[in-house]
Amino acid sequence: MEFKDLGIEAAKLLGMGIAIGFGAIGPGIGLGLIFSKAIEAVGRNPEASGKVQGIMYIGMALTEALAIFALVIAFMIRYA
Amino acid sequence: MSMKEIEISIAAEPIFHIGSFPVTNTLLMSWIVMAILIVFALVVNRRLKLHPGKIQNAFEMVVEYIWDFMAEMLESKKLAKRFFPLIATLFLFIWVANMIEFTPGIGSVVIHEEGHSAAIPLLRSMNTDLNVTVALAIVAFLVIEVSGFLLLGFFKYGSKFINFGSPMKFFIGLIEMVSELGRLLSFSFRLFGNIFAGEVLIVVIAAFVPFFLPIPFMAFELFVGTIQAAIFALLTLSFIKIAITPVEHH
Repeated sequence: MEFKDLGIEAAKLLGMGIAIGFGAIGPGIGLGLIFSKAIEAVGRNPEASGKVQGIMYIGMALTEALAIFALVIAFMIRYA
Repeated sequence: MSMKEIEISIAAEPIFHIGSFPVTNTLLMSWIVMAILIVFALVVNRRLKLHPGKIQNAFEMVVEYIWDFMAEMLESKKLAKRFFPLIATLFLFIWVANMIEFTPGIGSVVIHEEGHSAAIPLLRSMNTDLNVTVALAIVAFLVIEVSGFLLLGFFKYGSKFINFGSPMKFFIGLIEMVSELGRLLSFSFRLFGNIFAGEVLIVVIAAFVPFFLPIPFMAFELFVGTIQAAIFALLTLSFIKIAITPVEHH
């Protein structure tokens, strides 16, 4: 079977997988960096853990939003 | 069992119409959330005492904690008092909606309509509708911009975006403007994506293993719901802080 015979449904499934698969790489690396640095900071200065946590959660939300964009796009490709 | 049984729709389904205005299942759900909050507020308000009991004490501690946090973040007690109702309401509205997400009956009570093959759930988790999260994002966005204009002055805040001081400043202003508008997108998509992905995850797991296995995932989704509600309120607060901080001159 040739690629052009795949049909629109199969193309949608492929597109969904590719969108979320590639979209999760960058935010994954970013989240790892954020948490490793946060743990390092708390390890060096345990008294500052409250402040570090607040900033960490905001950074997490901003980074994670990118993965969520990819996820929403993936859902839209498939279901909308 | 085939994957065909899994029914997922991104758009909320209309249940009935008032005139030409469709009432969707997520709209019904948001009315329920509002009713819960209003009833709770009325009951609590009537039973407030000057000498608090145990429960009132606990709630007062929570309110005080949020209050102090906001005052520390905004570096002003007056501003904290001004923004506290909005930030707390945003958090409570989203949080309650996420907490009652898995209550039996929500999503499982369905109605059948002629001409429609799929069953339509009567109630559906509020934040799985992009309309709801976009509305919340617009509220947050308007508050951020208006408080920037009011507290910093029209020209001072406007010069963050349109600045003819130098070519460099002009381009930075343009980038600022785009990122400001991008917040609308990220605010709404973050909440929608997290909660909707959670719902889909539960549906898929329940299709494979209907008993027991979904429970830990539901617990995790409740945790995610709490985090997302907090993040929404926290980001609104910190963007307000950024908006009302004057640009530093080096």
